Amino acid sequence: MPKRFMSICFLHLQTDWFIRRQPALAATSFVLAAPDHGRMVISAASASAQIHGISRGTTVADARAIIPDLAVFDDIPGLSTRLLTNLAQWCIRFTPSVAIDPPNGLLLDISGCAHLWGGEKNYMTEIQTRFKNFGYHISIAIADTIGAAWAACRFAKDNDIIEPGLQTAALLSLPAAALRIDAAITERLEKLGLRQISSFINMPRPSLRRRFGQQLLQQLDKALGHTEEIIIPLIPPEPYQERLPCLEPIVTAKGIEIALERLLETLCLRLQQEEKGLRHAIFSCYRIDGKIEKIEIGTNRPGCNIKHLFKLFEIKIDSIEPALGIELFTLVALQVEALPTQQEKLWGENCGLNNNDLSELLDRIGGKIGGNNIQRYVPDEHYWPERSFKSASSIYEPLQTAWKIDRPRPLQLLPKPEPIEVTAPIPDYPPMNFRHKGVLHKIIKADGPERIEPEWWLQEGQHRDYYYVEDEEGQRYWLFRLGHYDATISYQWFIHGFFA
Amino acid sequence: MQGYKTAPKNAAADVGLGDINTAFPNAVFPLGAVHDFITTTPEDKAASLGFISGILSSRLKNNGAVIWISASGTIFPPALKSFGIAADKIIFIRLGKEKEILWATEEALKCEGLTAVICEIKELSFLASRRLQLAVEKSQVTGFILQCSPRVINPTACISRWKIKVLPTGLIAGMPGVGFPRWHVHLLKIRNGRPGNWQLEWVAGRFRHITSVPAIVVLPQKKTG
Repeated sequence: MPKRFMSICFLHLQTDWFIRRQPALAATSFVLAAPDHGRMVISAASASAQIHGISRGTTVADARAIIPDLAVFDDIPGLSTRLLTNLAQWCIRFTPSVAIDPPNGLLLDISGCAHLWGGEKNYMTEIQTRFKNFGYHISIAIADTIGAAWAACRFAKDNDIIEPGLQTAALLSLPAAALRIDAAITERLEKLGLRQISSFINMPRPSLRRRFGQQLLQQLDKALGHTEEIIIPLIPPEPYQERLPCLEPIVTAKGIEIALERLLETLCLRLQQEEKGLRHAIFSCYRIDGKIEKIEIGTNRPGCNIKHLFKLFEIKIDSIEPALGIELFTLVALQVEALPTQQEKLWGENCGLNNNDLSELLDRIGGKIGGNNIQRYVPDEHYWPERSFKSASSIYEPLQTAWKIDRPRPLQLLPKPEPIEVTAPIPDYPPMNFRHKGVLHKIIKADGPERIEPEWWLQEGQHRDYYYVEDEEGQRYWLFRLGHYDATISYQWFIHGFFA
Repeated sequence: MQGYKTAPKNAAADVGLGDINTAFPNAVFPLGAVHDFITTTPEDKAASLGFISGILSSRLKNNGAVIWISASGTIFPPALKSFGIAADKIIFIRLGKEKEILWATEEALKCEGLTAVICEIKELSFLASRRLQLAVEKSQVTGFILQCSPRVINPTACISRWKIKVLPTGLIAGMPGVGFPRWHVHLLKIRNGRPGNWQLEWVAGRFRHITSVPAIVVLPQKKTG
């Protein structure tokens, strides 16, 4: 598809921003100044000040001589980059690929976007009106190449649309500075009388290179379209992204649902053709007043089932606040994985965890309640009971080791071991009785001790000697003594679990 | 219609309960229905969970999936293997409120691919149990609801009600250590069946019935005079 670029130049970026904040300043002349070598030098002048001949680089003292009641404000460093970044983000509603062009411009890649507004003329008018409503004075140009658009924007008479292929003709009448070359080269060209591009465009290239350097030729080639130049967008467009701009702003919940459904259809069709499924997606709504509302979903298994994904979004649609209206919907699939091979429904009953219905159920429960509460455990190679199992990362992760059944383990494990009082005859023998929560249990049978040491590289602490005991009613417990028996120090006993 | 018909999901289900099967309708443990277990102490809760795991061990031998929903985080997954269930076939969901637990249980019971759903809840009302029973009618998933220390024991629409208590284990006289897990299984009510009492042990991956109760040693009365 042939590329088209748009260049926007803000004629008074910083002062327009000041006027937006304080509308009273619109009628007056004011400047922004910063100290430089002991004097205050102007870094930006408002439109009315510029008419009087005050511009960037004039000292404040000289400016005051021209206009006695000039208002001077302090310059804010980094203001123009910040403003350009925010404006570029706002421009995403017009095209996904926007870059900032310091000190006072934006570059947009509008290939394939203009037809949604009914042609490039309408597109340009729309952008200009919106910026004018904000209070920014801009000039715009559209061309096949970045260089041509940049040149036409700043040096041509009117807002210009250079037709595809005609950038050479358009560039001819522009001065040499329109090619974005160093000031030294421009000065030299001026001295030699080569004021317009038409004067040197047909000169033999080796002589141009000898006199003015490689840069002139490079910029000339880029502007004419002989070499590629691409912009580096502010927010790189995601590979799996669908956009739905709206001619009229949408305010109703039904409208949002219809937009979501349409976006899901296109995205899922594309994913299906590439045999991929999405795991994590964000649905964003760009509001007219500049705010962006987002809802996110995540799934357990990659899938492209439209109904299921819609149900997951539906749980959260109520949180979107359309206010005055939404003008752009985007659906971005942040994480995309290859689809697992689908099992045939004929054999579908006993497919265990690899079940579509099951993963959709877990997605629904996770979406309503929070995915952290859903766990699957696999064995971990540690003896310490709390660490002998770990959470699996997905529901189809296979086991690395097997579950150990050589030692008895209780079905119920208390989250923290509770201290108990114990009467034990001799060190290393199981206790005779223990008291837990006020109840005395007399121990009839016991098994143990099983010594489990904490792994010294993970945890400092004493070892535990575990006993599997049964009291006279048949209730079976897992007790342990913390640390070595020592006649002098009293050691602590704990209850850790209940056996079936 | 000619062609292959899939076997019905819960066919030929012998869960290894032996003599207890006589209590069930058609002498087969009713899968595809909701069973109610009542426990009051954590020890009995552990016993009930052991009994349920034993029943499920035969169902999960080939592929199978279980969802376990609870409010407490007290389950210790490595111990399930000794009851024949690999804990990696279970998905554990931990929720805070009773309402959420009931909602999640109902959703899980409607999911056809599951083998069973285990739910630990404080108390089950009749209305809730009826919803759960309706949910399994179509999907034929087996549900096990544990009421841990209910304030009131409500009538429920579940197909059965069990109460499992621990029993002292038995060992050959003189042997040290603790024996195999042993429980007193009391089937309080069962639809179209006969309630009863049994004593079971879990040995070598199977249930085993105990016919004699461990006797209390009676000291001979010495006559005076």
